Amino acid sequence: MNKRLLALLSVLVLASMLLAACGQPVATEAPVATDAPATEAPATEAPTEAPVAMGTIKIATQSPLSGGQSLLGVAIKQGAELALEQLGGDLTAMGYDVQLAPYDDQATPDVGVANAKNIVADTEILCGVGHLNSGVMIPSSEEYHTAGLAFISPANTNPVVTTRGYLEVNRVVGRDDVQAPAAEEYAFSTLGAKSVYVIHDKTAYGQGVAEFFRTAAEEDGIEILAFEGTEETANFDAIVTPLVASNPDVVFFAGIYNQAGVFFKQAREAGFEGTFLGTDGMDSSDLADLAGDALTSGGGMAYTTVAGPASAYPAAATFAADYEAKFGAAPEAYAAQAYDSMGVCLASIKAAAEAAGGTPTRAQVAEAIRAVTYEGLTSTIAFDEIGDLPVAKYFIIKVNATSKDTWASNEIIASFDLPSPGK
Amino acid sequence: MKQFTSNPFYKFILFPIGQMLVFILGASLALSLFIILLAFLFRSNVTDFDLVERTLLILPQVLINGITIGFVYATIALGYTMVYGVLEFINFSHSEIFMVGGIVGVELMAYFDHTGALQTMNQYVVIGLAILLGMVISGSLAVTIERIAYKPLRGAPRLVPLISAIGMSFFLQDAVRLILSLTTGEFNVILPNFGTFDEFLILAVPGIENPLRFQIKSILLVGVTVIMLVGLNYLVNGTKVGKAIRAVAQDRPSASLMGINVNLIISITFLIGGALGGAAGVLFAIKATRLDPFVGFFPGLKAFTAAVLGGIGNLTGALLGGLILGLLESFGASYLSIFTNGAFGAEYKDILAFAILIIVLIIRPSGLLGQTVAQKA
Repeated sequence: MNKRLLALLSVLVLASMLLAACGQPVATEAPVATDAPATEAPATEAPTEAPVAMGTIKIATQSPLSGGQSLLGVAIKQGAELALEQLGGDLTAMGYDVQLAPYDDQATPDVGVANAKNIVADTEILCGVGHLNSGVMIPSSEEYHTAGLAFISPANTNPVVTTRGYLEVNRVVGRDDVQAPAAEEYAFSTLGAKSVYVIHDKTAYGQGVAEFFRTAAEEDGIEILAFEGTEETANFDAIVTPLVASNPDVVFFAGIYNQAGVFFKQAREAGFEGTFLGTDGMDSSDLADLAGDALTSGGGMAYTTVAGPASAYPAAATFAADYEAKFGAAPEAYAAQAYDSMGVCLASIKAAAEAAGGTPTRAQVAEAIRAVTYEGLTSTIAFDEIGDLPVAKYFIIKVNATSKDTWASNEIIASFDLPSPGK
Repeated sequence: MKQFTSNPFYKFILFPIGQMLVFILGASLALSLFIILLAFLFRSNVTDFDLVERTLLILPQVLINGITIGFVYATIALGYTMVYGVLEFINFSHSEIFMVGGIVGVELMAYFDHTGALQTMNQYVVIGLAILLGMVISGSLAVTIERIAYKPLRGAPRLVPLISAIGMSFFLQDAVRLILSLTTGEFNVILPNFGTFDEFLILAVPGIENPLRFQIKSILLVGVTVIMLVGLNYLVNGTKVGKAIRAVAQDRPSASLMGINVNLIISITFLIGGALGGAAGVLFAIKATRLDPFVGFFPGLKAFTAAVLGGIGNLTGALLGGLILGLLESFGASYLSIFTNGAFGAEYKDILAFAILIIVLIIRPSGLLGQTVAQKA
């Protein structure tokens, strides 16, 4: 009897410790995300203008805020948060209380879809920014489409995101069916690769990019030594051994940095001397922490991306400074794109509200997004009939960094403006 | 002869190491011969390169990879099999005990890195401390879990503690995720760079074109696990505690009547199994360089499979099962793509390994070294 009581007590103590531990960040997180524009703006402007209260408008963000890919996901949320703070003034002046509603999709389709159901159920949400992963965006956007809620993606590159032709789905970046051939072109022309080993992560994004790369490589006559999918994240021995034995010029990894970094390190250790090539999933300073010297030794490592560093966009200089001042770190990839996505949301809601003479409906906002021409940090944003940019920017970046701190030393070796292939 | 076999040096050191060598050589040789035979059979189907030549070229490295991961599986499998031996139930939270050990070890090294001590300390002392801490934390965690989640259910039907174990496994995954992501929202744990573990010991063998490359951390991993396995063998077969563990495993009520404190022995079993799992976690972390709270699931599942393959409840069986599964997986991942001309890649390695497991269990339902025991409950 006594012992059972003891066990029960220890469980209770453990549980209360956990609750105490997790209660803290939740409490501090919420105000950071929402208070800035909502409380400050009316407080300072109220005496001069006294806008009539028109109700609350929320703009959702959905990206991985926890987990292995959170560095990029948090950058998306913070980019959007900064945009809301700096650009939300127009709507506050009209009397709206504009709030950010951040959701964590954990880079998992199931969680993304569950959150999407919550988002569409909240009628105050009129627009959304997200996701990071195409594999999460595609199923989640079915929910947005059904509910008529417009989403603007700062990062999704899989063609299927827009080729379904949904009015509600837009993106401010390029596409994999342009990006992967650009990577292949770099391997073929610049690196002179004759053989390539293709590895993907079995997600919609990774496998999609890998297929486009393979098609382009076959057309140029590059020998495909293998086309492998793997979900392994820790021990790549078994994949690396045949890879090193077949001695490819280039290893193309279609996936996300948290998996790629470990793989690059282990492949280099096992004796691979060629070049690693990747796509925009590699664009994170965490890659350098995971892979270290493997990125610069041998043939080095390069990646294509649809989101260049902030330095690549002349208009983004003040953004980078403001972002660093607010969040204490330089913006990661997609932060500027998230800023622009939020900017488009706000401008479209404003246009729709003016046209409707009151709080607009979701459908009106979605229509307004397609009609808007918005001068963003990364480009002038005007969507075509499926929600793509008619012409998008692509970059090829060579990695010079061997640790997180030197990630900014990476060099843009080429950038192109390429048209969207359409539907 | 009798005197020689009862010599403790022979019984507790030479014999187990010899047994391991026989297992390694036997399994390696059998699989190598099989794959070379296959290579000769299908030689004419592959035109791009000489299949036999390619097979032989990577064979030594495939064997080294398989044996390395096999020892990790074997060490985790011992935790499953020991608990099964005394309680006849599968402790599914063991994969999380493994994960916790690894994360604790890496966090200790990250702490040394943070204080700047890492670069000045002897690298083997650092590893030794990390393994020790991993063993202590994982061992005590295993004992705590047993007290909280299994002991109150000891008289219940056998499925009940099993469900409790699965629940405990989920609880631990998310508790660790919560703790790790408290400050940054990031739950990746990255091994700091230090020492010479990434380097290779290169051994040129006459007659083989490519020299054999042994990575220092693989040698370390195998070396430490061998020492632990020998130690465990001595503990179970050479000490009084071991005798008590075996007695409890054979017949719990009678052992209790003989004056053995059954609860204490069960706790000790969990402690040993957990400590082995924790040490395996640290060694695995050094090899993999990156961990997260879900990293234990697959090695845990494979190790459980290895325990079943070898005959669950049998310590030697766990070792054999781990080695065979590691080798099978390594062979499958490295050769499937070459032999099927890219139609099946490394991602099908588990299907191959588990298909073979099913065939073995059809022929020998109690596992390779298992004995058919009457169901107790």
